[in-house]
Amino acid sequence: MNDVGLDRMDRKVVVPGDLLSEDAKRSGDGTYIKDKCVYSLLYGLANYRDKINVIPLAGKYIPAPGDNVIGTVKDITFSNWIVDINSPYDGLLHISEFPTRIDSEEMSKHLRIGSSIMTKVKDVDPTMKVELTLNDRKLGKIMTGQVIEISHTRVPRLIGKGGSMISMLKKEVNCNIFVGQNGRIWINGGAEDTDLALKTIHLIEKEAHTNGLTDRIVAFLKSEKGARS
Amino acid sequence: MIAMDKSDISFFKDGLRLDGRRADQLRPIRIEVGVLARADGSCYIEMGGNKVIAAVYGPREVHPRHLQEVTRAIVRYRYNMASFSVEERKRPGPDRRSYELSKVSREALEPVIMTSYFPRSVIDVFVEVLQADAGTRTAGINAAAVALADAGIPMKSMISSCAAGKVADTIVLDPMKEEDNFGQADLPIAMTPGGDITLMQMDGGLSPDEFHQAVEMAMKGARDIYEMQRAALVEKYGKIEASTIEVNACE
Repeated sequence: MNDVGLDRMDRKVVVPGDLLSEDAKRSGDGTYIKDKCVYSLLYGLANYRDKINVIPLAGKYIPAPGDNVIGTVKDITFSNWIVDINSPYDGLLHISEFPTRIDSEEMSKHLRIGSSIMTKVKDVDPTMKVELTLNDRKLGKIMTGQVIEISHTRVPRLIGKGGSMISMLKKEVNCNIFVGQNGRIWINGGAEDTDLALKTIHLIEKEAHTNGLTDRIVAFLKSEKGARS
Repeated sequence: MIAMDKSDISFFKDGLRLDGRRADQLRPIRIEVGVLARADGSCYIEMGGNKVIAAVYGPREVHPRHLQEVTRAIVRYRYNMASFSVEERKRPGPDRRSYELSKVSREALEPVIMTSYFPRSVIDVFVEVLQADAGTRTAGINAAAVALADAGIPMKSMISSCAAGKVADTIVLDPMKEEDNFGQADLPIAMTPGGDITLMQMDGGLSPDEFHQAVEMAMKGARDIYEMQRAALVEKYGKIEASTIEVNACE
């Protein structure tokens, strides 16, 4: 199983069922344990740190509590907005999770079918009923700017370790950016700034699986800005 | 089909088969990953004269709703032969044979798929046989396993599938059309690289000794196919790294 040939540093391409480690304690995301050994569950990149995580190259977004997501209202029921969150499971936004107190009849005045919202997953139960909330200052209806979609598997790279990549990007391109874990990203800023942000995000998505990405993005931004002025 | 006496054709010439293979040799295999832009995962496979394409969609919402399971994802597998895939035009649409193959193929793959991760959803697998030359179910399962991995679906392991047969009292690996039609037995299996068998069928007759020999041979073939499936997946990653993901479809 060592004939992968592509392994650089501490990463390598694995397919489901590959043996990753003989130490069960190192089992991380995208792995499973059988007979005290760790095996891969996914086709993707294995990251060897303390724990071994396998990062998939594809797949659907599965909501988890605490995730920020961007959704579109697709239906309104008696007390819930049903929100498409780019996942096999729809999100439910209850009226009580709206920042202000509103009446059931007035729901469509605040959020219509087709409205886009920046929201957060409050809870997910074992049957995958997804509850959303708008009770946070940074959450709410999207009025300006634009939303783009990338693969949700690239989102961790866009955010970077401890938010390093995204905070650098926000500063450099002078835009407001909200990253949804479901791969939807809201960008708000001047036309030129937005263009640059889009270009950069697409570059990050394309090269998400390479090493030393942040440095290259910094260099890319520098050269783009140099060309502009 | 023409009723032929066994003695009418000779399956071996100078110890080699009609297509020049040894008894324990596979036909040439080519695997391509991610050939369809619209599917979540896809794979095209050629095993000798077989040309099969597999597409995976999901996990996604279940329609019709009454099929959904509260605790796990359901798996649907559709095996279909194109009307032009065989010499005599095949009447299009599902028939008894394709229902059976869909069922056994689904059951060959289901044990490794982590269905409990996706309650109330469905994973759809579509397998289209474009050209048939004996062994389409094994080719379909091989393609479907690669397509499932490509779709990012969690699996305990890959699945590889291969057949063994008996012609002219000899056990042969991966029978082609002539050997399948006029042979004495056909034994397709599917298994994990670890050797757990998830599918086994047989028609014709084998003695217990022959049966063991055929299973051994088919398992060896499946292991070789696993290496090729793996290589195809690793190669696709190399391509992503080299350039951007190409979408070969008009928007």
